[in-house]
Amino acid sequence: MTSTFARRAAVVTAIALVAGAMNAVRAQDVENRLVIVTSFSKDITEPYRQAFQKKYPGTTVEVQNRNTNAAVTFIRETRSNPPDIMWASAPDAFEVLKKDKLLHKYQPKATGIAAKVGSYPINDPDGTFTGFAASGYGIMYNTRYLKANNIPAPKEWDDLKKPIYFGHVGISAPSRSGTTHLTVETVLQGKGWDKGWATLLEIGGNLAQVSDRSFGVPDAVNSGQYGVGIVIDFFGLSAKASGFPVDFVYPTVTAIVPANVGIIANARNQRAAEAFVEFLLSDEGQQILLDPKIQRLPVRLDTYKKAPAGYPNPFTDARLAKGITFDSDVSEQRYQLLNSLYDRVVTFRLKELNAAWKAIQTAEAKLGGKANATAKDLIAQARKLASTVPVTEKEAVDPSIAGAFQAVKKGQKAASRQAEFESRWDAAALKNYTEAKTLAERALTAK
Amino acid sequence: MSSRSTIAIARPSLAHRLGGSPAQIAILAGVALFLIAFLIVPILRVIMVAFTAPDGGLTLIHFSDFLDNALLRDSFWNSIYVAAMTVVVASLIAVPLATIIARFNFRGAALIHTLGVVPLVMPPFVGAVAMQLIYGRNGSINLLLNEWFGFRIPFMEGLNGVIFVEALHYFPFILLNLSASLSNIDSAMEESAQNLGAHGLTLFRRIIFPLALPGYIAGAALVFVKVFDDLATPLLLNVTNMLAPQAYLKITSVGITDPMGYVISVIMILCSLGAMALAGLTLRGRDFSTQQRGGGGLSRRNMSRAGNIAAGAFIVFILLLVLSPHIGIFLLSIATIWSYAVLPDGFTLAHYISVFRESGQLISNTILYCGLAGLIDVVLGASLAYVVLRTRLPGRKLVEQIAMSAVAVPGLVLGIGLLRTYYDVQLPWSGESLATFWFMLVIAYAVRRLPYALSAAAAAIQQLHVSLEEAAENLGAGKLTTLTRIVVPLMTGGLLAGFVTSFATAAVELSATLLLVARASDAPLAYGIYVYMQSAAGRGPGAALGVIAVVVVSIATYLAYRVAERERDLKSRTF
Repeated sequence: MTSTFARRAAVVTAIALVAGAMNAVRAQDVENRLVIVTSFSKDITEPYRQAFQKKYPGTTVEVQNRNTNAAVTFIRETRSNPPDIMWASAPDAFEVLKKDKLLHKYQPKATGIAAKVGSYPINDPDGTFTGFAASGYGIMYNTRYLKANNIPAPKEWDDLKKPIYFGHVGISAPSRSGTTHLTVETVLQGKGWDKGWATLLEIGGNLAQVSDRSFGVPDAVNSGQYGVGIVIDFFGLSAKASGFPVDFVYPTVTAIVPANVGIIANARNQRAAEAFVEFLLSDEGQQILLDPKIQRLPVRLDTYKKAPAGYPNPFTDARLAKGITFDSDVSEQRYQLLNSLYDRVVTFRLKELNAAWKAIQTAEAKLGGKANATAKDLIAQARKLASTVPVTEKEAVDPSIAGAFQAVKKGQKAASRQAEFESRWDAAALKNYTEAKTLAERALTAK
Repeated sequence: MSSRSTIAIARPSLAHRLGGSPAQIAILAGVALFLIAFLIVPILRVIMVAFTAPDGGLTLIHFSDFLDNALLRDSFWNSIYVAAMTVVVASLIAVPLATIIARFNFRGAALIHTLGVVPLVMPPFVGAVAMQLIYGRNGSINLLLNEWFGFRIPFMEGLNGVIFVEALHYFPFILLNLSASLSNIDSAMEESAQNLGAHGLTLFRRIIFPLALPGYIAGAALVFVKVFDDLATPLLLNVTNMLAPQAYLKITSVGITDPMGYVISVIMILCSLGAMALAGLTLRGRDFSTQQRGGGGLSRRNMSRAGNIAAGAFIVFILLLVLSPHIGIFLLSIATIWSYAVLPDGFTLAHYISVFRESGQLISNTILYCGLAGLIDVVLGASLAYVVLRTRLPGRKLVEQIAMSAVAVPGLVLGIGLLRTYYDVQLPWSGESLATFWFMLVIAYAVRRLPYALSAAAAAIQQLHVSLEEAAENLGAGKLTTLTRIVVPLMTGGLLAGFVTSFATAAVELSATLLLVARASDAPLAYGIYVYMQSAAGRGPGAALGVIAVVVVSIATYLAYRVAERERDLKSRTF
């Protein structure tokens, strides 16, 4: 605890010293107020607020903490006199703001910033928002919980399909967490639509919970409500740094995604907002990310030289850098459809999905290698039913379907209603899982 | 005969023809204006999308989509089931407590009253973490059960888990309203019945139960509606197949344009109104009022030694059960690390030190906002209840129903509506927007909690015989004097119950707060807790703020009861 604090204090002091020298020049340029809307926790906003105010002593930074949804709503409703900066992880929130023309285009002057992390571009190609840190998805687990339940620590996504993890895994819904969404999309693009969904649904069979907020997952793993969580790296790393009995691993294939900052259109304090973006990207700003309570990955390459040994570096680590190619066009076309589909087939039918996979796991364990042809066939059918979604890859990007999940532009003919598809998918998922369960149970007694 | 002819001759004034005095009309109009400005207009501006077709026209097609969806139909029945069962379980907790307080000489009744309110104060996030750490599948109780007996009890799983947690959380609605009713029953009624030979069950069935019914029904209806609309508990337990979470998940998902969330909100508002109307029907055609006043409730008895011990044990058990989340929050606030263990690894005061500096501002803001909101609610609720029950003004029932519908309005929807309606209105003195001015938080809290004060006040007036007012008026008192000197003092218990519920629940309101707070210096405790609870390191400080919130509300409640008791003592002496 003390060393954490000392290191943090040292970082802040170092920044203050550097900043002090530059004050005289910059101070007059920027407005005396900066209003930031953010979904980040105090652990992140406070060090930045203090450091920025030291650097620009004439400017008072006001931080408005809101969850991502409240932040987007607030910015949308206050467009007549908006705040200056939107600062959050979720790329989807920025996409929504961009679509509503609520973001101001700004090209940062900072140099030495990476263009891509893994296969994902760090900045918005249209220049409306800027990545200032990167984070990777991975698996967080409670060591006490695993030991007490005699469960091995997982290393890969595929580990989470094993029966031993039944009821021990948690995830946040992709519709509720932009970063989970990107992980799901990465799995689908990496493995292909059918195989990807098969993996997601088989892991889904083991899920104890699908949380409605990103922080719900690390919260539950920290408390030991379940043992394993699919989370973004800093949740795991910072919890470990805070003393919780948890650990975090990056699987071989992971989605590394940027966290973003954007200047809001018609911001009152335009120059202060620009100064803040530049500050985030500056060497001083990037070093704050290394704080053990923050633990995000800098996007400025030379900041890694100052990082403690063992700090993950997605730009040099062969494993993290490899990644997969990410087609952002496809991702955008099926963005909302994917969210809704995952909720229909996993989140809202979790009980039925759990029951189907439990039955399959039981049948496979009992029969072992000695299953006869009929039983094998029944299990294969059950597996297929419990790992198929009622939408094909083609349909997912078909405008007549995916269009129902997007806002209708004025003057355009409306596509079908989202509710119609949702009702159909729900019914299909329910039917598939119930049948899968019956088939797996029949396999046990098949002669 | 002569009086009839006078009435026939005198040309009735407009006010008279409408069925009330000018002052009463003004009251009704004032309440209606408040509701139009801060409830109807903002809400309509948001939920109109529920009636808007994809091409922009008016439609009801989204409601048929709702009916076509198996998941939503299940959710509907689940919500009804959970709300009804919660009323049953909450009654099992609240009715014995209220009876013991009202019936017997029991030391520490004020303490029970105070502790009875605490469950309503469930600080956001912290409460959820604490509940999981106590009752969760790897919470303290289940870890112990598993170690000793090798099994677990799924307190926090599925619909039954929701019922369990909701009952612990909302039974105070019944306790408060029932206690207020019981304390208004005159012991003379009871004595007359006893003189006439009624005892035991007959006495209860024929006298006490009917006389206490308005309070019980008011509380039970509130529990039903509140649980039907409650979001926090299903989310805490991750139960999504209920209406409130289905609406919430739609409304709060970034980038979703589907109107279903608002459709569900409309349906929830209609159901809540239906439930309230049903509750009203059970009371219709009965007269609950008594003329005698100041008797101070049922005659108190001394319990036998065994009775005392049994009652004491029951109360301790119930209090331990309902306060366990708060014990959990307290442990969390002094814990170093608490993970997969019966108790925390170690204890520290560091979290209190880290919140010490900012907590002063948060506390004073909370008391100011919630106190004002509670006052507004009591004034509006009592005025409206009075107009509804004592006049025949047209439209009074409608205004009452609109006020009651606020209980089903999601905080987020109201927040968006207020922001949309008032953001461009500037305050004349500072140029600041009205929507992000701190007083808007007070209004948002007051609007959503008006139903609590309203039903408490209505229950109190139903017990008050109109002849008392007529007597005062015959003696020359005007309507206003009668109201301030007779009606309000006799309603103190009910009004207090209304104030306390409004105040206590407003202190932990998060959804509207998160949208309307514009600067840290305006923030109440709930916002402070939210800010901490977004990171692992913030859990301890967040819990410390949660404890502070609970303590603040408890002290305020206790003081309110002391004041009310002193008032009552003064009144009964002067009688």
